[in-house]
Amino acid sequence: MMRDQKLWTWHMGAGVVILVLLGLHMTIMHLDAILKFTALNPAGGEPIDWQNVVKRGQMIFFPLTYVLLLGAALFHGLYGVRNILFELSPSSGLKRALSALLIVVGLGLFVLGTLSALASFALARSL
Amino acid sequence: MNDSTPKEVLYRVRRFEPGQDRVPRWQDFTIPRTPGMTVLDGLWTIKQALDPSLSWRSSCRMGVCGSCGMLVNGRARLACNTQLSELGSGVVAVAPLPNFDIIRDLVPDLAPMFDSHAALMPYLIREDVGEQEKPTGEFAQSPEELEHYLQFSYCIKCGCCMAACPTVATDPVYSGPMPLGQAHRYNADGRDGGFARRREVLSGERGPWRCHFAGECSRVCPKGVDPAKAIQLMKRELVWDYIRLRKAHRPTGVAPKPTEIRRRPDIPEAPARTI
Repeated sequence: MMRDQKLWTWHMGAGVVILVLLGLHMTIMHLDAILKFTALNPAGGEPIDWQNVVKRGQMIFFPLTYVLLLGAALFHGLYGVRNILFELSPSSGLKRALSALLIVVGLGLFVLGTLSALASFALARSL
Repeated sequence: MNDSTPKEVLYRVRRFEPGQDRVPRWQDFTIPRTPGMTVLDGLWTIKQALDPSLSWRSSCRMGVCGSCGMLVNGRARLACNTQLSELGSGVVAVAPLPNFDIIRDLVPDLAPMFDSHAALMPYLIREDVGEQEKPTGEFAQSPEELEHYLQFSYCIKCGCCMAACPTVATDPVYSGPMPLGQAHRYNADGRDGGFARRREVLSGERGPWRCHFAGECSRVCPKGVDPAKAIQLMKRELVWDYIRLRKAHRPTGVAPKPTEIRRRPDIPEAPARTI
């Protein structure tokens, strides 16, 4: 019976993770001119310059945060979609089917995104 | 009522006769308008002078019993507590509360609301049943503890919040603002120890999770209760509970009786009993 209490709590937790990681992204990518992250932008210039992107891609911290952000965003977003769909008053059978579909879609996208993050990490390390 | 106030008022009443009408219909009545007239007064005038079959619920006529909740000019209100002068329009459109089945005319079927209310155990739950059945004193409560739930205890269960809630309109499983607000009223009461039992219902589909904070329940409440706030506070409590950070409390015990009470000398004796 705790299912909704549990899902809502994770929904809130995922929202906090998204807030922190997007804040980190905004800080690194858009406040560089003010804060001067020389460790994260070693080549100087813009944060999106190729050399800076490669350097960041070689740090294990970034693929890990990509995967964490991906998981949090998928859970947060798909739980929200589930809530919207449930407000259309589907039958209990359809509710179960929708939940199963969203789990499959979420896990599929998570695996795909994780593989992409690992591939980009391996590529950056090989350069 | 000044000279420019119309002498008559048009009531447009939603009628439904079970077994006769397939769908509700509107019926118009023109009645004399009197100073200080409420929507309920007008309905009584119609019943007494024009159509004795018109049906609705009402009782106290002073906004206390919560019987006469109905949709007046598109907003859920208490008919007894709504003056015609505050409606502005020359037409008074009266319909039964939405989000409920109609029993007849302006009488909604409130049973599902009260079933949800009962399922959430809206009473003090304590282990000392003996003390509750044969009290030896009062359960202790400070003014600060009272403030935690006081405004929610003003609810009169009129159903106006349920009629205004967009989630109740679409989700038959959702308990709704009145039952949830009352569950929070007792969870927030320092004398109560029933959080764990209410959580069995609240943590599932009938809990507060479908509320997306439209806030209409609080806007229409004729008693100024804020059920939307109660629901958000309840969500917070349940989240803290899930991550084991909720501060559990033991229900307060019986307050010690004051031992040193002296009568103030300036208070005169009561007069002798006459009966």
